[in-house]
Amino acid sequence: MIAIVDYGAGNIFSVKNALDFLGLPGELTSDPDCIRHADGIILPGVGAFPKAMAMLEKCGLTDVIREEARKKPFLGICLGMQLLFEKSYEFEACDGLGLIPGTVEKIVAPGLVIPHMGWNKLEIPQDCPILEHLPEKSYVYFVHSYQAVTPEDYLAAYVEYGSAKIPAMVYDGKSVFGAQFHPEKSGEIGLQILRNFGGLMG
Amino acid sequence: MLAKRIIPCLDVRDGKVVKGVNFEGIKEVGDPVACACAYNQQGADEIVFYDITASYEGRGVMLDVVRETAKKVFVPLTVGGGIKTVDDIRETLRAGADKVSVNSQAVKNPQLIKDGADIFGCQCICVGVDAKRNGSGGWTVFINGGRVNMQLDLIDWVKQCEQLGAGEICLNSIDTDGVRGGFDLPMLKAVCEAVQIPVIASGGAGKLSDFAEAFLETDCSAALAASLFHFKELTIAQVKADCHSKGIAMR
Repeated sequence: MIAIVDYGAGNIFSVKNALDFLGLPGELTSDPDCIRHADGIILPGVGAFPKAMAMLEKCGLTDVIREEARKKPFLGICLGMQLLFEKSYEFEACDGLGLIPGTVEKIVAPGLVIPHMGWNKLEIPQDCPILEHLPEKSYVYFVHSYQAVTPEDYLAAYVEYGSAKIPAMVYDGKSVFGAQFHPEKSGEIGLQILRNFGGLMG
Repeated sequence: MLAKRIIPCLDVRDGKVVKGVNFEGIKEVGDPVACACAYNQQGADEIVFYDITASYEGRGVMLDVVRETAKKVFVPLTVGGGIKTVDDIRETLRAGADKVSVNSQAVKNPQLIKDGADIFGCQCICVGVDAKRNGSGGWTVFINGGRVNMQLDLIDWVKQCEQLGAGEICLNSIDTDGVRGGFDLPMLKAVCEAVQIPVIASGGAGKLSDFAEAFLETDCSAALAASLFHFKELTIAQVKADCHSKGIAMR
């Protein structure tokens, strides 16, 4: 079972719908025990970083997420991906979960539309288990105004936006994945990525 | 590189698509869920349901349509029409919509944009704007389907929308809507220059090259059409192939 962490942020039903469609058992939960017993964890989220961290704290979920994310397949989506980093500068400096080194900063793309909204093409510089079996031109759906800044080692995929190189998928090399895009809204490509994630559960 | 988006819009009344859609392989003509699935198959980058239902019961039916579509179609869904309150936004997002489009009510009560963006995030608040050229070289905002002149300057309004937290502007030109002579390029250009958020071109598409023209001549992020796709005069795949052949990034 995949625990979809419900901490009051975002359209978590989309993630559940996509898992249902793929026949992957998923459960919306804010119960630490349920997260502990799950085979995998998805942390969704849209909105602002400081508020989301405060909600996770309020639900008493930050410690269990930090512990369990290192033990089993864990996927942060959009804001859920940004929460994996050490610090964000959205509105105010705010500590994140610190599961992947790096920070979250405003996208700097002079003359370009912000938010970075729409379908962009993944560039995949290194092997990543949940990016397998994708066609050559894989477009996925983004909507965000802040981006991760992380060492190359953790960068499994990125997209180009003007002169900016935006991290699309980060991976700690073990169990922690973060997708800046929305796999649950990225058509067949997104479904394949979720299918790959489900496959890691064994 | 970020692709330009092609967005079909389905006008829905009491749970049925209003214009006579007749996709191959669909048993029930006018079923919005089936139409959305067909558009998804054709490569739609996003799907818009525009609810033209007047009744309270009809809104419930619309939400059922969204709920069913969200189980089968995994691209962004936007719902517009009749959204008046924060509760309406919440209900629509909970049904599975990714964005709501607010129009008349946002002009009457701009706070709706700010409240919606603060609570649910900018990304899910699209402001629909209907505007028409005025005698003094600018454009004026209209509401209620283009019937009521709000004496509000278009550029002032879109800037205000952005400041209030709108994530996107869907710009419909009353002058070109239904004329089928192409999108309103001067108006689009002016709005794209005024705001940094994405702008969707709407109203006026009549032929294949109109889409590429909007992308080549202006900085709009997406183009929306309803009847052109409804009546199968063009498929989304044809539009994308034409844009692609002209060097425009397409998914």
